Amino acid sequence: MAFATKLVSRDIALEMCPPLFSKEYEEAYKALWKLLKPPVKEIIIGKGDSALKIGGQYVMYRHELTYFNPTAIAIDVTDELPDEELLKRIKEVGGFSYTYLGEELKLNLIAVRSTSDDPAKFATTVKKVTENTNLPVILCSFNPNVLQAGLEHASGKRPLIYAATEKNWEDMAKLALMYKCPLAVFAPNNLNLLKSMAKTLIDYGVENLILDPGTFPYEGLINTMNNFTMLRRISCNEGDEVLGFPLIGTPIAAWKEQERAKEAAEWTETYVASMLITRYADLLIMHSVDGWALLPLTILRKNLYTDPRKPTAVEPGLRTFGEADENSPVMFTTNFTLTYYAVTSEIESSDTSNKCYLLVVDTEGIGVQSAVARAKRGLTAEMVAEAIKKSGIEEKVKHRKLIIPGMAAQLSAEIEDLTGWKVLVGPSSSSELPKFLEEHWYRKKEN
Amino acid sequence: MKSVKKGDERKKSAVKFGIELLELLRASGEIRLEDMDIEIGDLEIALLQPTTAVAPSKVVTPSKVKPWKILQLTFTPPIMEYPGQIVEVKLGATKGEGGTRGKSIVIGGEKCPAFYTFEKTPPHAPVVACDVFDTEIPLPKTLKTHVGDAINDPAAWAKRCVDKFGVEMLTLNLTSIDPSKKNTSPREAAKTVEEVLQAVDVPLAIGGCGDPEKDLAVFEKVTEVAEGERLLISSVSPYMDVKKTAETIKKHGHVALALTGMDINEARELNHKLYEILPREQIIMDTSTAALGYGLEFTFTVMERVRLAALMGDYELQHPMSSGTTNAWFAKEAWKKMAPKWEPRELRGPMWETITALTGILAGVDYFMMMHPTAIKTVKDVIERLMNKEAIEPEKIADWITMNI
Repeated sequence: MAFATKLVSRDIALEMCPPLFSKEYEEAYKALWKLLKPPVKEIIIGKGDSALKIGGQYVMYRHELTYFNPTAIAIDVTDELPDEELLKRIKEVGGFSYTYLGEELKLNLIAVRSTSDDPAKFATTVKKVTENTNLPVILCSFNPNVLQAGLEHASGKRPLIYAATEKNWEDMAKLALMYKCPLAVFAPNNLNLLKSMAKTLIDYGVENLILDPGTFPYEGLINTMNNFTMLRRISCNEGDEVLGFPLIGTPIAAWKEQERAKEAAEWTETYVASMLITRYADLLIMHSVDGWALLPLTILRKNLYTDPRKPTAVEPGLRTFGEADENSPVMFTTNFTLTYYAVTSEIESSDTSNKCYLLVVDTEGIGVQSAVARAKRGLTAEMVAEAIKKSGIEEKVKHRKLIIPGMAAQLSAEIEDLTGWKVLVGPSSSSELPKFLEEHWYRKKEN
Repeated sequence: MKSVKKGDERKKSAVKFGIELLELLRASGEIRLEDMDIEIGDLEIALLQPTTAVAPSKVVTPSKVKPWKILQLTFTPPIMEYPGQIVEVKLGATKGEGGTRGKSIVIGGEKCPAFYTFEKTPPHAPVVACDVFDTEIPLPKTLKTHVGDAINDPAAWAKRCVDKFGVEMLTLNLTSIDPSKKNTSPREAAKTVEEVLQAVDVPLAIGGCGDPEKDLAVFEKVTEVAEGERLLISSVSPYMDVKKTAETIKKHGHVALALTGMDINEARELNHKLYEILPREQIIMDTSTAALGYGLEFTFTVMERVRLAALMGDYELQHPMSSGTTNAWFAKEAWKKMAPKWEPRELRGPMWETITALTGILAGVDYFMMMHPTAIKTVKDVIERLMNKEAIEPEKIADWITMNI
């Protein structure tokens, strides 16, 4: 029963039940798989350690379950880039990393575009790319000859072929079958054609498709939003299997209109990408590698793909930072993950603030402001008093001064009454914590 | 792989052709037709009854026959019907309507989720309002630059927002009334409101300081001096005297912004309380906006759930939604100087605000309170593009693969 519950909540996969693979249960396995398989198929790009899962979505709205496989971000290179630039760009993409809530945010693929339309050039570039990165690749050309030349050098890497169109679909289908690769289907703003092509390709034997209804960053943005939304709804809510594949967005198209300045194209590319992350894209192809653009995007992706069913709390209790001693400041915060990490990252950010005690009060994962506002259901002076007692902090420091979050200021008097500690009201934003400690703790003491 | 050549086959009937085709299939397991024009219908008739023609055990099932041209399928847009509708709320009042604004603005009225224009185009575009403060507050440099010398002059600041950034509305935040800071009196605060009303003719929202008692005292005075202007009073929260606040809003003909903390039940309860005094057409709701990276997923999901529930008939949630998008700047990544690869922050910051806003727009936000001119302009541009169904030319993006950047 427990296993069944976990299956339904998708915490475990059917494959975790080995007996199902015996001949005896073959039918049962098939029936269960049909029942449990995601309406948006999960497609794998790349092989081995660097294999990347795309799609595999069950729901249209994240509160209905959760989203799986965060939108993968591919950055483009072309087959006409000078060697040095090519390698630099590959390195930049692979090296992109930002630590957020204890996790590394990364970019996921390299998209090789053939701007030369020359099979030999494309082949050379694909070879160089695969030799210099472990990231999975997307091979982009509408010319089957060019693509085949590239595929020859990416054999065994399971790249995504981009893309089958109304004109080249049959050759692309053959390549997908021959090289056992997933295939993107491109039908800009034409869902009749997209559906027709998907069905045709399925019948042709190509099982792993990714759908591209076209990304129009300027005029046509609404059509793009509508197309992505309709496609996701029709697969998740109406069970349309022909269209039950991941969606690919190409914010890179923002660079298409040459009269725009670089910053303008980059700006548009970034916010259009953000809208596509919100509206169902499973994979994005982009051009900008600038941190100011990619940081907010990768954080947005992390936010929206966070499992809403998971508790948002960290372990309550006392944390000791640096070589805190009997004179070090004592602060408290709630055990809401975001609050906690915001506070600890500030504590760790400066040499003055990283010697302290932080008392994490159990508010059941609710932030300071909401917890105070909820009064009895959230954060009370009694809870703070109890946390102080339980933590043993009174044996660790000589002083009796507690720095409380600015947003909990209204609890000051009550905390003082209950604990006998003196309360210092700290800043409302954790970002001002180092400055606060500097001014109100260390400088005061020297006086 | 065998081929059947064009010319030979043209003369034969569809049925006969079908049988021959199957014979070939039996032999090769696969068939390839070149340059042929056949009606799909003809082929299906022949192929769907294979067992009558040949021994079933050896036949490759007809579905394995590879198509040689694109099958024609029709995409039917997945349209849903929703029993609920968002109420329309009018902000600001013109002379004819009892106020002095140049025009009034209506928001809400949606009958489907945010910008599902394949179902219905929203009756009103979302509105972007700019935040103005009545006193100097700590602002990130990126924002401060755009306020310039108007920082301690709310009327000048307001004028600058309207003239320079083209905003349709303003939120005048009476931050100075905070008892722990300047503690400006209700009378003085009301005077500031009057000054701003004279300086600009766009509809106004009035923000308090968050202190439940002081806010009420100030709102009572402000609603009175600005009688009939249909101000948006920001905000009424469950921690205030809801009844008294609603009464002064009703008495002087304004609109309430019902603020709750990312809790749908709390939002429902507050609206329910307000209904005792205020007509629904005088209530906008705000379930709180966290910055990108600092809880935006909660903001987004609460908004999305509120809007979907409203459309499904949840009466107490059928209100236009507001978002304090300026909160995006609480994220330190929006304003802090970081390692060179994340710079310039002059772009990172406004993008932070832009993405926070656009995530809201897709969840159903009708009213934005924002600050950075570039973010405001972008959001207005996007709204314009989302409201208009333009004829698009697929070829414009079709060859992005080969473009030179």
